[in-house]
Amino acid sequence: MYGNADIDPNLKIHSIVADEDPIKLAAFEARIAAADKIEPRDWMPKEYRRQLIRMIEQHAHSEIIGALPEGTWITRAPGFRRKLALMAKVQDEVGHAQLLYSAAETLGKTREAMINDLISGKSKYSNIFNYPAPTWADSAVIAWLVDAGAIINQTTNAKGSYGPYVRALERICYEESFHLKYGHDNVVHLATGTAVQRISVQKAINRWWPPLMHFFGPPDSISEHSVILMRWKVKMASNEDMRQQFMDMYVPKIWDLGLTLPDPKLSKNKETGLWEYTEPDWAEFKRVINGDGPCNKERLAVRKMAEEKGRWVRHALLRKDAEYVTPLA
Amino acid sequence: MDFFNEQQVLAAKELLYKIADDHLILGHRNSEWTGLGPLLEEDIAFSSMAQDKIGQSEHLYNLLHDLGEADADTVAFTRNKGQFHCCQMVELPIGTYDFSLVRHFLFDFAAAVRFDLLAESSYENLAKIVKKYRGEVKYHTMHANTWMMQLSAANEESHTRIQNSLNELWNQALGMFEEGPYEGILKESGIFLGEKVLKERWLSVVLPLLEKYGLTVSAVNYWKPVNGGRAGQHTEHLQPLLDEMCEVFSTDPSAEW
Repeated sequence: MYGNADIDPNLKIHSIVADEDPIKLAAFEARIAAADKIEPRDWMPKEYRRQLIRMIEQHAHSEIIGALPEGTWITRAPGFRRKLALMAKVQDEVGHAQLLYSAAETLGKTREAMINDLISGKSKYSNIFNYPAPTWADSAVIAWLVDAGAIINQTTNAKGSYGPYVRALERICYEESFHLKYGHDNVVHLATGTAVQRISVQKAINRWWPPLMHFFGPPDSISEHSVILMRWKVKMASNEDMRQQFMDMYVPKIWDLGLTLPDPKLSKNKETGLWEYTEPDWAEFKRVINGDGPCNKERLAVRKMAEEKGRWVRHALLRKDAEYVTPLA
Repeated sequence: MDFFNEQQVLAAKELLYKIADDHLILGHRNSEWTGLGPLLEEDIAFSSMAQDKIGQSEHLYNLLHDLGEADADTVAFTRNKGQFHCCQMVELPIGTYDFSLVRHFLFDFAAAVRFDLLAESSYENLAKIVKKYRGEVKYHTMHANTWMMQLSAANEESHTRIQNSLNELWNQALGMFEEGPYEGILKESGIFLGEKVLKERWLSVVLPLLEKYGLTVSAVNYWKPVNGGRAGQHTEHLQPLLDEMCEVFSTDPSAEW
């Protein structure tokens, strides 16, 4: 769940659009129905803007926070090939954050405000990065399977209606597909390597499976709110659809490597074509999102330290005579 | 050139080791900024430069392999600190951004001049690859220069930070030019004009830039090179760096990673 819509099951359509000009709203909806992209200077409903800022901002935060668990393995990567590839991969993730903050800025929130909200805990990031990566094999599993999940989320969102986000996502997906290859190659080497390597990658898979099942979020309730966000092409697929797609693409690949998954119930129902699995612990998911995960404090503390240590540098870039202009419609 | 004698091979190896080790260790240090930079654009820039440096070190270790040394991974990931020939400046922790920036400025201008000299080397395989590096290091010096100009002029705090880091690093930087036992052979055989020439050319580039930015290198206490690195003498910072770098590789050097 890199960036996802915030659904209120009790919110009714008439209250969402109560303040909007019905003529403008109709024209806006007609454009989206015609597969047009909405651009920063175009008129858009307030709720559309709010949801997109939230989603893109969360996605950007996920990229920079996500650079931390993998980043710690750059200095430990075994051999030149892995070291150079991991550096380039994590660099890409930071670059994605840069692209996404820029896309979100076109909706009227500054990068600084977004980062302040991240540090204060007001704004969230993908829950999966609140888990530790204690071994090299964890970094391999992240690069393969977390990036795989991200690609499913991002290729889905890339079909959305907001031009700057869609364009950023297209480029991001292109780069992520290399990360996936890197991660897969890395896991294959471990899974087919020495006994120590095989054990370490199996342990890492066991550790990451529950957070991966949480990744797309709990099944959404169908409500008027979710219906309108789908109509506006803000939300493009249900959480459960994306989770099913993920399992369909990756569970067989994991099994092919002789690795197991820590869910005895996991199997594909031939009649429904759907995967059956043990319901993830959604209470834990909520608890971790709300700050009580194994690494929440550490991740935010690192980000805060970097922001504070770098403040004088950013300050030294300011031109005294220049004023910030919001790149807003 | 084909090497004529054993002494020339030893001289070439000594030269390659120190350049490769400098680039590997500084690349490693620069990579530590990933995720921690003062702004996202600097995370990305330091990562790019780190990738270039580590890539360059790998090529240089490959040349050493051609001269009979072990393969690049073994050479980089299994030696201990006494077997490294980097100058001490590159092994120092990243510190604050001003420290890393000034080190990057001092080091990369020296690397650029070194590559210019080596592009004319009689050691053709080396000359060939450094020509490629010149295209990379050009952007490193451009990056360093842009930031040095901005931060030395922006405000009192940033100027003071840059000046203090320069004071801290100047003698360290002079350690880059510590002479080795083969200076004469390298010069005679046309492989490399030597550390003295390199240092003079570096000073002729760097001093006018520092002056332009209002930064000073005092005549007193600041012309004492921190030597020893080339001979395998290092600060207490190198071994922990190596332990970290080799942590996974050393669990099973014979494994495929």
